Amino acid sequence: MTESRWHQVGATDDVMRDDVIGVTVGETAVAIIRTADDRVFAVDAVCTHGRASLTEGFVDGTEIECPKHNGRFDVTTGDAIASPARVALRTFPCRVDNGCIEVQL
Amino acid sequence: MRDYTVGGPEAATAAAKGLVEADWYKPNIDRATMKALMARSNGIAARDTVIWLLLLVCSGVLAYLSWGTWWAIPAFAVYGVLYGSASDARWHECGHRTAFRSRLANDVIYHVAAFMDYREPVSWRWSHARHHSDTIIVGRDPEIAFQRGAPLFATFLDLFAVRSVFFESKKIFMNAFGRPTTEQADFQPAEEMRGSYLWSRIYIAIFGAVVAWCVVVESVLPAMFIGLPMFYGRWLMVVYGITQHAGLAEDVLDHRLNTRTVMMNRVNRFMYLNMNFHLEHHIFPTVPYHALPKLHAAVADQLPTPHRSIWHAIREIVPVLARQKKDQSVVLARVLP
Repeated sequence: MTESRWHQVGATDDVMRDDVIGVTVGETAVAIIRTADDRVFAVDAVCTHGRASLTEGFVDGTEIECPKHNGRFDVTTGDAIASPARVALRTFPCRVDNGCIEVQL
Repeated sequence: MRDYTVGGPEAATAAAKGLVEADWYKPNIDRATMKALMARSNGIAARDTVIWLLLLVCSGVLAYLSWGTWWAIPAFAVYGVLYGSASDARWHECGHRTAFRSRLANDVIYHVAAFMDYREPVSWRWSHARHHSDTIIVGRDPEIAFQRGAPLFATFLDLFAVRSVFFESKKIFMNAFGRPTTEQADFQPAEEMRGSYLWSRIYIAIFGAVVAWCVVVESVLPAMFIGLPMFYGRWLMVVYGITQHAGLAEDVLDHRLNTRTVMMNRVNRFMYLNMNFHLEHHIFPTVPYHALPKLHAAVADQLPTPHRSIWHAIREIVPVLARQKKDQSVVLARVLP
């Protein structure tokens, strides 16, 4: 089993507030969400319902909406909170260090 | 004629061709613009909902007061269209949860409008999700309303909801007895069936109560307000609906080839909640109805020229549907920019 470690994935300025960007860590597509109150979260970039990239989705508070079917997830927990999403997203520890976003994976 | 059965033999063909849950064409649009277009608001949808409900109540009061006179005909005509046609757009927008910012408001109006539109609310959520995954992919999309080779008379009957009410009633009765339809089982997860069973029973109870009310008062008047409008007020929804996909390509991964945008006046856009920008809606379903005109302006140069009116679209569609009766390879081609 590979030990997880922190990866620098970009600067906070790369993500608008209340928005999302996509990054790839190894072979994992990760969505980085920056909330309006300047917190950052990292979740799987692919919706668990349909094959859609959440990096094109809509961020509303701490929720992200899938761009294809409008399913919603809570980015703080990964929980699916609005249909047709039913299965939770994987979440990854995420932090900001000196303006850089880091994800543990 | 192709087999349009969802989950039927065409579903396997579609999967083999890579048409299932596939990546679709998207126009270029910068993220900041897109972010602004996706922004939600309660105010606009609240205003439009209040206007819709006020018009519904006012026309209903006029219809009630004029019952037994010739004036009841125009009054019920207006009430019926607001009930049986305008409800469809409200069901649709609130189903996407884009009309309001509030999830509760979306869900409340979704259920009210779904009842008026005679759509069992749970199964239609899943049906519509599939429609957005696999738009006009034969064997996958449960919402291909205009199937090639189908009799035009069937479309005429649908102006009065004859076919749609028949098929929805069949589903509702099966669901009420705890059984999904074959197609429903293909697009709706088994865990979500209980909701359909519950709502089907509620719908039957409500319609049963309306029938009982009619019997007690020895008048069809209660049903003229609840239930029958889905027959006599449905026609405008069908007119709008025919402009969405009819006659265009099947089994493609580019909404520009299977979905059309039609310019409409303000009254129609209110009734239809801007779903005349249907191509834009399919490409970007996270954009609320009130932002679709701006989205259209932002990406128009990457999309086919929209039809200039409903009549302009229907003049294109009807002859093709008639030709498809004899030759199902006939398709309306689109010139892409």
